[in-house]
Amino acid sequence: MYRIRFHGRGGQGMKTASRILGTAFFLEGYEVQDAPRYGAERRGAPIFAYVRADRAPINERGIIRHPDLVIVADDSLVPIPAAGVLAGITDHSLMLINSAEKEQVWKQRLNHSGSILTLPVAADVTERAELPYVGAACAGAAARLIGVISEAALEQAINDELSDLGADIVNKNLHNAVAAYRAMASHAGLVKEGSLVSAVDYEAPDWIDLPFDDARISAPTIHAAATSVLVKTGLWRTQRPVIDFDHCKGCWWICSSYCPDGAINVVDAKPVIDYDHCKGCMVCVAQCPSHAIEAIPEKQAKADEDAMRLEIGEIT
Amino acid sequence: MKRTLLTGNGAAAWAARLAAVDYIPAFPITPQTEIIETLADWIDTGEITGRLVTMESEHSMVTAAGSAAATGVRVFSATSSQGLLYAMEMLYTVSGWRAPFVLANVSRGLSAPITLEPDHNDILAARDSGFLQIHCASCQEVLDSTLMAYRLAEDERIRLPVIVNLDGFYLSFTREPVEIPDADAARQFVGSFDAENIRFRASAPESQAVAVLGGGPYSYFRYETHLAAINGAAVYDEIAEEFSRRFGRKHDAVEAYRADDADYLFVMMGSFASKAREAVDRLREDGWAIGLLRPRLLRPLPVVHLQKLLAKRKAVAVIDQNISMGMGGILHSELASVLYGRNDAPTVLASFIGGLGGRDISTEEFFEMAQSIRQAVETGQTPAPRLLYTQTELREVRKLQAIAQVERQQLGAIDD
Repeated sequence: MYRIRFHGRGGQGMKTASRILGTAFFLEGYEVQDAPRYGAERRGAPIFAYVRADRAPINERGIIRHPDLVIVADDSLVPIPAAGVLAGITDHSLMLINSAEKEQVWKQRLNHSGSILTLPVAADVTERAELPYVGAACAGAAARLIGVISEAALEQAINDELSDLGADIVNKNLHNAVAAYRAMASHAGLVKEGSLVSAVDYEAPDWIDLPFDDARISAPTIHAAATSVLVKTGLWRTQRPVIDFDHCKGCWWICSSYCPDGAINVVDAKPVIDYDHCKGCMVCVAQCPSHAIEAIPEKQAKADEDAMRLEIGEIT
Repeated sequence: MKRTLLTGNGAAAWAARLAAVDYIPAFPITPQTEIIETLADWIDTGEITGRLVTMESEHSMVTAAGSAAATGVRVFSATSSQGLLYAMEMLYTVSGWRAPFVLANVSRGLSAPITLEPDHNDILAARDSGFLQIHCASCQEVLDSTLMAYRLAEDERIRLPVIVNLDGFYLSFTREPVEIPDADAARQFVGSFDAENIRFRASAPESQAVAVLGGGPYSYFRYETHLAAINGAAVYDEIAEEFSRRFGRKHDAVEAYRADDADYLFVMMGSFASKAREAVDRLREDGWAIGLLRPRLLRPLPVVHLQKLLAKRKAVAVIDQNISMGMGGILHSELASVLYGRNDAPTVLASFIGGLGGRDISTEEFFEMAQSIRQAVETGQTPAPRLLYTQTELREVRKLQAIAQVERQQLGAIDD
């Protein structure tokens, strides 16, 4: 059985990637299981999706504990424990990371004795929010690394999964996926099917008898005010709303009232966006009647910010 | 017939479509919403006829479902977890009306603490409501069971609503190959809803639910509902047989996997049972005579099948993905009741609780449960009920508690 895990952020097309790969396997005559896994659904939050494929009906279910292939669409997730990118990785696991950094860097950083590859199309995909194209590229690369999926099956899978989105989007995805598929030619078939667990020689679970804790400890209650302030949900943002004060009429209330996260405050008759907590939903951009709020790709905004800080000597 | 990849939610929507439902009262809740979204899309594009109405709550939704069913139209609805519990008052009420319809429940653990992932305490809270219950372990089963559920609900020997249960995430959002029957074949199997005397009409107002004073009439109506539910066991067998003849897939009231010659058995419900199948295969390779029983039908409980299938086994591990506070696993209690006083009952009926809130059950844990019941046979001591829980998991919780403690202290300091 093949066991594949895709890691990314909500909005980057990981579910789509798993579906493209699942459908491609299915078209090649495999039994398939594919599924996304996320918590409360939010753009930018870590999610993963997985695919199992086998010639026989599949009885395994749920999260993949020991993947044969892990694809990371967003390298900023690797160091986040909650994202679980490294969970259950063994020497057998191949990692494919969408990253501008070299494979050797990742190998040393993760001290991973198995194979690590980076996705060469990463450079083309400069914009994280350039949806599901990253996902399609990941699926294309995975298909080739697995080695049992033809280019035709991959193309058919993309057509099947994305046809509702129109010819333009299908073509862009096809382009990226096929490029990634071809880029992995020299590694075709590098992914090997993992083995089955043995009932003879297995690691026994470290079961315990759960002790009684009184309700002062065991009730699921933590009372604290303003806890949401502590969670920097601004990290989820892929687009940044930026106010153009030349056009802002200082109306006092529209953008700040519509902001579903209360991340816009009005200070001295001017709206101020709290970028630590703005998730980049762009509701303010849509609502501002004077079109004074612009949506800027987060990466570009960060780069501009760094350039500015460099210029004023804040950083060197 | 078409074989394609579908999620459990997609399979439920397809079944409602194939059953040509007339009315769908709806209210969204994760992880169910995709079912009603799919049906809404089809209605919007004209692929199906019928009426979908979004209600203001699940309580109203089940009221609307029961009321519509009482006019003699075919009704489908879907909910999950907190939504099912919010509708609880009306579950008992509409089953008492003896108005048949099908409700999909996408299992999700109950609050508090709140979660999105599955266990069976939501569906089992509806155990005594008068709804019949079918529990699914694959996306194909979701589709097939929903079609079968209409036959069961509308059968003149039953006339009760039916819940088809599928686990959140593990089925709801998981795609698997599913055979979608041809519309004509499905239509022929499900048949049309002959509502007979169920003819509530807005144009001819009359009272639907009668009040009774005194225990005599009340007991009569309640026990008649019970007898109708009991009839469900034999009727289910007939329907499963016919389904198998028409579509080539047999969904017995109790799935028996590699159980014929098994000395040892796992018993569990829902999609996690397919993990048990995997463990059975591995253990069989190691020479174990072990199998799996999985009740598909939980209400009515297929008592005769279970007694037969459990007879003369050495030991049974019942794995409950639910917990009755102060008692333990619900299926374990039910099986103990099914087996009590029978000479051929297994001597070891061990209780395990696992998979609460979607907590994974590893293959190794199945191996360990098998070892545990084999040891019980050797020592003659049935093990105490066990929660599948590891030292590692407790350590994680202790870490979180330590953080919470610091938080409390800091907050206390602020208060001072």
